[in-house]
Amino acid sequence: MKRARKIEEQVFKGLMVFSLALILLIFCGIILVVLIKGAAALNLSMIISVPKGGYYLGREGGVANAIVGSLYLAFGASLVSIGISLPVAFALQKEFIKSRRFSIFSRLMLDVLWGTPSIVYGAFGFVVMMYFGLRASLLGGIIVLSLLMMPIMIRSMDEVIRMVPLEMKESAYALGTTRLETSLAVILRQALPGILTAVLLAFGRGIGDAASILFTAGYTDFIPRSILDPVASLPLAVFFQIGSPVPEVQERAYASALILLIIVLLVSVISRILGKRFSKHIIK
Amino acid sequence: MAHISLKNLNIHYDGYHALKDVTVEIPDGRITAIIGPSGCGKTTLLKSLNRLLDLNDEIRVTGDVLIDGVNIYAPQSDVLALRKKVGFLSQRPFPLPMSIYDNISFGPRIHKQNGGQMLGQITELEKHVQIFESSSKDIFKAKPTKKNGEMDLLVEGYLRLAGLWDEVKDRLHSPASRLSIGQQQRLALARALTIEPKVILADEPTSALDPISAQLIEKQFKLLKQHYSIVVVTHILRQARRIADYVMFLYMGELVEHGSAEAFFNAPRHEKTRAYISGEIS
Repeated sequence: MKRARKIEEQVFKGLMVFSLALILLIFCGIILVVLIKGAAALNLSMIISVPKGGYYLGREGGVANAIVGSLYLAFGASLVSIGISLPVAFALQKEFIKSRRFSIFSRLMLDVLWGTPSIVYGAFGFVVMMYFGLRASLLGGIIVLSLLMMPIMIRSMDEVIRMVPLEMKESAYALGTTRLETSLAVILRQALPGILTAVLLAFGRGIGDAASILFTAGYTDFIPRSILDPVASLPLAVFFQIGSPVPEVQERAYASALILLIIVLLVSVISRILGKRFSKHIIK
Repeated sequence: MAHISLKNLNIHYDGYHALKDVTVEIPDGRITAIIGPSGCGKTTLLKSLNRLLDLNDEIRVTGDVLIDGVNIYAPQSDVLALRKKVGFLSQRPFPLPMSIYDNISFGPRIHKQNGGQMLGQITELEKHVQIFESSSKDIFKAKPTKKNGEMDLLVEGYLRLAGLWDEVKDRLHSPASRLSIGQQQRLALARALTIEPKVILADEPTSALDPISAQLIEKQFKLLKQHYSIVVVTHILRQARRIADYVMFLYMGELVEHGSAEAFFNAPRHEKTRAYISGEIS
């Protein structure tokens, strides 16, 4: 018996190590492939210039249109999503929605939306835009990306807000605070690192998504001057270039993917640092 | 100080009858201990007095809780004003996620106290309890000239009142979470007092603390009872003996016996009280 339990322990330890190694290996594989195939094409002019004539045949130019476009889209959609998701996440708490059935239903719907393929959001957005006579544009892209990002943000925020201990809320309420004061001054502060993670999770999904913005944001070789202009994006830049028969253009697809990875990495690191600074006062 | 009286108070939780027809007058300016076995409704009774119970859903309260003659469960009653009047100390201290200083200044800021009011508050406090050292007059003169001087004075005053000042005066702006749990409980006490309550409710305030911190809290309570009505839930019989002036004994949601601590411990009238005091039931 004693031996059996020891073996059991070893087997599960082995399984953990194996799984972790597998994940790390896959991650390194992706980075390596992108680096090997894309690093050669990555240079300053690719980052700072927009496509010039014959770019898609392998001539001069860069993907600045897609870089700026992706940043516009992702940050715009993040701002819109935060503005809507935070109140919704608070509304889902039992202090606000008294009906358990309704909150269970809402959470279920949000989970389904989280899992909905992004092409469905794209199609839905396209239909709505057609109805309003809107063309593919930065505005359309931001709206559809927000739709995609909000379920992720809301549910992740919801989970961290739920984790704030009841006793801490009681301490605040016992001082005669209103729900708003408690939510903003206490719950939001305590949950802030988790909320940042929620934003980051949604940001990562948003900036990397191609299907939802395919019809709604369009694609252009220029940097948009107004929110009604169409806008390029890195995922679509990868998508279009990787299908090219020209080897230089294919290389640029990988370089674009590398830029996308670097942006996500930078945003993650910066938000980690910010999160650390904000979490100084967190009660554990 | 405020007078609390309960009349036929009944509380139902999810169909469970947690408190059965409790009628009692809680004396002013005394420490009242609510004792009884686990799950007998002690905390429920306590939390009904500042309506923290409202945070739980599916709760039904019938009967009256009168504080200074005002029924706090009346439809038009102001919960925020009630909670300002009735301070609360929880079982495990929970500092708010901010600095030590901000934990204390939180209440006054929420209630939008201005400098003059704060100065008045601290002067009033100083009149009753000597909290500042002999040179307090100089402090009063010097502080208000600085920016936020009144708030600094108020924070210092209440930290002194809770016996915490000397331990934290050099790190007022560091996170409250870094304090030991005993210090956190005294911080919670200071924080509760800043909003000038008339009543202090405490839910097993020492159960998470080490003996020395627990002693400090008990000492503070004895000091504070001249100016506040204090209601303490405890399951430590010895603690009730040490600090209580008045005792309420709850058993399975019923108020079995209540009376002055002396009479309660020396000449219990009820069979169950005798059994509880002698340790036959716990």
